[in-house]
Amino acid sequence: MGKIKVLVGMASCGIAAGATKVYNKISDLKKLENLDFQLVKTGCTGMCFREPLLEVIDSSGSFLYGEVDEKKTIEIFEKHIKNGEPVKEYVVKSELFETADSPYFKGQIKTVLRNCGVIDPENINDYEKHNGYKAIKKIIEKETSPEEVIQTIIDSGLRGRGGGGFLTGNKWKFAFNNKSDEKYIICNADEGDPGAFMDRSVLEGDPHAVLEGMIIAAYAIGATDGVIYCRAEYPLAIVRLNIALTQAREKNYLGKNIFGKNGFNFDIHVKEGAGAFVCGEETALMASVEGERGMPRRRPPFPAVSGLWKKPTNINNVETYANVSSIILNGAESFNKYGTEKSKGTKVFALTGKIKHGGLVEVPMGISIHDIIFKLGGGIQDDKKFKAVQLGGPSGGCIPDYMSDTKVDYDSVNATGAIMGSGGMVVMDETTCMVDMARFFLDFTQKESCGKCTFCRIGTKRMLEILNRITEGEGREGDIELLEELAVQIKDSSLCGLGQTAPNPVLTTIKYYRHEYEAHIKNKKCPAFNCKKLITYTVLEDKCTGCVVCAKNCPVNAITGERKKVHFISQDVCIKCGVCYNKCKFDAIKLS
Amino acid sequence: MRIQRVEIKQDNKVEISKINFMKLDPIIEKFRNKRGNLIPILQETQNTLGYIPKEAFEYISEKTGLKLSDMYGVATFYAQFRLKPAGKHVIKVCHGTACHVQNANTITESIIESLKINDGETTPDNLFTLESVACLGCCSLAPVMMIDNESYGKLTGKLAVNIIKEIQLKEKN
Repeated sequence: MGKIKVLVGMASCGIAAGATKVYNKISDLKKLENLDFQLVKTGCTGMCFREPLLEVIDSSGSFLYGEVDEKKTIEIFEKHIKNGEPVKEYVVKSELFETADSPYFKGQIKTVLRNCGVIDPENINDYEKHNGYKAIKKIIEKETSPEEVIQTIIDSGLRGRGGGGFLTGNKWKFAFNNKSDEKYIICNADEGDPGAFMDRSVLEGDPHAVLEGMIIAAYAIGATDGVIYCRAEYPLAIVRLNIALTQAREKNYLGKNIFGKNGFNFDIHVKEGAGAFVCGEETALMASVEGERGMPRRRPPFPAVSGLWKKPTNINNVETYANVSSIILNGAESFNKYGTEKSKGTKVFALTGKIKHGGLVEVPMGISIHDIIFKLGGGIQDDKKFKAVQLGGPSGGCIPDYMSDTKVDYDSVNATGAIMGSGGMVVMDETTCMVDMARFFLDFTQKESCGKCTFCRIGTKRMLEILNRITEGEGREGDIELLEELAVQIKDSSLCGLGQTAPNPVLTTIKYYRHEYEAHIKNKKCPAFNCKKLITYTVLEDKCTGCVVCAKNCPVNAITGERKKVHFISQDVCIKCGVCYNKCKFDAIKLS
Repeated sequence: MRIQRVEIKQDNKVEISKINFMKLDPIIEKFRNKRGNLIPILQETQNTLGYIPKEAFEYISEKTGLKLSDMYGVATFYAQFRLKPAGKHVIKVCHGTACHVQNANTITESIIESLKINDGETTPDNLFTLESVACLGCCSLAPVMMIDNESYGKLTGKLAVNIIKEIQLKEKN
């Protein structure tokens, strides 16, 4: 038996899918059989739709097993780990042969996710083995000046990955140009955007890459202190970050005179967010770090001039920092050879919703939405009809199916009315109601509005009320126009990005799906059969066989009837969840 | 809007007098005179006590000189802080975009139906608190809920209720 390495994907999503059981089983079997191989907990490979994942690397190559349960674990252990015979039918990825899931990886280029699922995130030595901390060491050894570092970042064309899309190198330059005895580096890890989880994956799978990016930024602008503002909903990310920080301090990669360079003092601390979406906005984030209510501040002055504690501050998001070390190490060309004229490099997208293969993909900028969804993502669940994709979360918008050849780069996406955002891509099929989607996002931004600007505070509330009544069949003539008017006013008169973009989901759905709004308002019908006040489930008497499956599965016991007799749905009790509709094998439930 | 008035019922006076606020002293010492200490103090207080009772605010204010109004302002701004005691198990149902598209409402409704409490409330036996949260970041397993620190994915209403019933059963024994 050659040297074998076994990796278990243990990011939060893997753990939720049952990876801990897999890890423990292997660990138990290893002890029981007294076998010698390396067992590693690693991050997420991005193949979330096949979690839990188990990878076995032997002398012939690597074999990634998907949807591993206890039974499969035992089989893989017996056959592969013990006897060196891969269990091919469970393999979802291997460089040795094609699998049904191979298309998921074709076209992906991994820069940010290069180490996720490959290294042990809790071991700094593993990161260093994979070119870790080489970029910063190269800078120190070659005595590269901060100006040169900044120029390389400018040349690479890297733009902020948090949504703003501002040229990162220019941001650094502004902070560099402002002289001060104290400067700060902040990493925005307050990934509040529902439907996006790339930052969580990076923090859980490769925390040192983020630290290295921040250290390089600190060198470039002359910062003394760093803060990672991470949302409290990511407990595992916080744990792994703190482990990484301790290890980096032990090696003197953080602290005083780091990397042996006199006068290079820099340390990083983790600040836990307390649950406010608006804190993803940079000035609100800084207010929160200072211990205040997370309310945005007026710009200018920009953070590069007067940021945290009124000192020059550079703030980027997790994915941006994770790109930095690779750019420094491999040169600006290694990054800007990918992408389009104005959007360089690769971008991580979180594919979720009604898609067959949901997970994280990293692709060059400029790839079309169609390619991401159908080539990588495998198409729509249950082969239903693709309807739209939501990009950019609550600040973004919906892009309809007929525009799916839109290229994903900052400018093309902006032209549709959506925004790139942090890269959340929620796929919707024919059963998704676009008015309800708009209502959902407005409900979110309305709750998350900090209350500082009147138009955002009250305007979103009024818009939500209108959307609520439309989805409940109480819509009035003129509601669409009223929504549009309010939307423009909110966009114009809000201080921060939250308010300025909150109406986007409404505006894009009105733009592309006006007929759905009209159907709700004029005909009191929901074309997607989604809005609960506008639909009913009834039993078709001629088709019902009395199999009792619907009654058994109804979560609220709204269905009554004896075996082999026609069943009845009590409309007062029914919560319109649609379980009976999906469970009935005889198409005896009618949705109208 | 995050600003909300939170009523604090005083019917559990006995219990509050039992709370040993000295437990907060190490937290107060740890963050004494540190810039931006207000949020971490409140976070650790909540970790220690499970929630932040009115008396805790007063105790911290007295010891640190932080203004009560500032503390209350912060505590009511952020979703994380609880001013009321929570149940032994906190059920967080994810209502992020991906979960919403995959019918997260059904999960919440089924739990409401089963536990006979509304969103944000605690069962009379103090066993469960039901909460809707924005995004737990497990979008590919949608719909998702988290009970204590354990996540459950690919749920249906029935499945969610069964998981809760199992916990109920364990608690009874």
